[in-house]
Amino acid sequence: MFVIIDYGTGNSGSILNMLRKVGVEGCVSNDPEIIKSSKALILPGVGAFDNAIKKFDDSGLRGLIEEEVLVNKKPFLGVCLGMQLLFDRSDEGVLNGLGWIPGSVKRFNFDDISTKLKVPHMGWSIVKSPNNSELFFDGFEEHRFYFVHSYHVVCDPKYVIGTAQYGYEFVCAVRKDNIWATQFHPEKSHKFGIQLFKQFVNLVC
Amino acid sequence: MLNKRVIPTLLLDNTGLVKGRNFKKHKYVGDPVNAVKIFNDKEVDELAILDITATNENRRPNFDLIKNIASQAFMPFAYGGGLRELSDIEMLFKIGVEKAILNTAAVKDLSLVTAASEIVGQQSIVVSIDYKKTLFGGKKVFTHSGKNNSKLDPIEYALRVQDAGAGEIIVNSIDHEGTLKGYDYDLIHELATKLDIPVIASGGAGSLNDFKQAVDLGASAVAAGDMFTFHGKHKAVLITYPKYAELENLFKGQNNE
Repeated sequence: MFVIIDYGTGNSGSILNMLRKVGVEGCVSNDPEIIKSSKALILPGVGAFDNAIKKFDDSGLRGLIEEEVLVNKKPFLGVCLGMQLLFDRSDEGVLNGLGWIPGSVKRFNFDDISTKLKVPHMGWSIVKSPNNSELFFDGFEEHRFYFVHSYHVVCDPKYVIGTAQYGYEFVCAVRKDNIWATQFHPEKSHKFGIQLFKQFVNLVC
Repeated sequence: MLNKRVIPTLLLDNTGLVKGRNFKKHKYVGDPVNAVKIFNDKEVDELAILDITATNENRRPNFDLIKNIASQAFMPFAYGGGLRELSDIEMLFKIGVEKAILNTAAVKDLSLVTAASEIVGQQSIVVSIDYKKTLFGGKKVFTHSGKNNSKLDPIEYALRVQDAGAGEIIVNSIDHEGTLKGYDYDLIHELATKLDIPVIASGGAGSLNDFKQAVDLGASAVAAGDMFTFHGKHKAVLITYPKYAELENLFKGQNNE
């Protein structure tokens, strides 16, 4: 069972639809037993950083999930804000992130470039994987994904498995051991997203 | 097309898709779930579905149908029509919709926009502004699917909508809708210049050139209905969508990279 963590925020419905589409059993749950017995965990997230971290803490699931992911090394996928929460801190809030991956989350800043782009970055962008990560299907000429975000991750290149351009190059996919995360929305990126979920399922099963 | 989205807008009359002209003379064009499947295969950038009779018939959104549609929509999917309360919007997100489009409810009370954007995130709250020219007094915002004149000025209202916390604005010319004669470029340009949030041009698109012109004038995205649902002068129903390469070529130099 692929479990989408229900902590009161996030686009769980569309991720669940995607899991069905790629033919794996999935559910949205906050039940500790279901989380414990899951094959993989998926952390969605929309909205503000502090609100999401607070809800995650309030859910009472943090200890259990950290044990599953950090100790038992269960495959984990963070999506959008669910990626940003994995880092130490964010410009968007004052609360600490989960700190599973060293790094921080910055707001798009175009002070150094001439064209002022609109924030949020909303739309489709080409994603490049510098190290041809296993998360990206190698049968596509290019990978396009749908983005909606105002903040992006800044971290050590050794964790970076995907970058995109919006005014400048930014990190949009990371991996650390059993933890994968994407800034874009694979669940809303038709064939490219379907394939990314298939790749994730292959990594898990 | 990167970053410049091309959005088919489908109009719903509770259960079936309809299409009209200048917000009138709607005729049935097909089944929504089937249409979404086709748009899915055509890899559209984003999809908007508006139930145009929900508010006027004092109906709740048809959540069962929306859920069915969402389960087939592997692209960003926005829904509008009959959304009145925060709980309606939360329900949408639960069933797999990522953007809520507010129109009449926003004109009535902008605090709904603020409250919703705090909960589901600013990027997920879209305010749709329908407007038309009035005999005296210029362009005015209309609610209830174009029936009621709110007497608001579209530009002034759009600025207030932005301040209230909307993530983007769809601006829809009732005079141009369904005519295929092009967007209301003056207003799109003025709005895109004055607003910081993305502006989606809607109403009147008949060709790829209309998209280009709107984008050149500052629109972040373009929406169209007839262009993607009808074919030929007798308006036979045929769902189409430009190829990726075609759009990429069209928006060359506009890719924000």
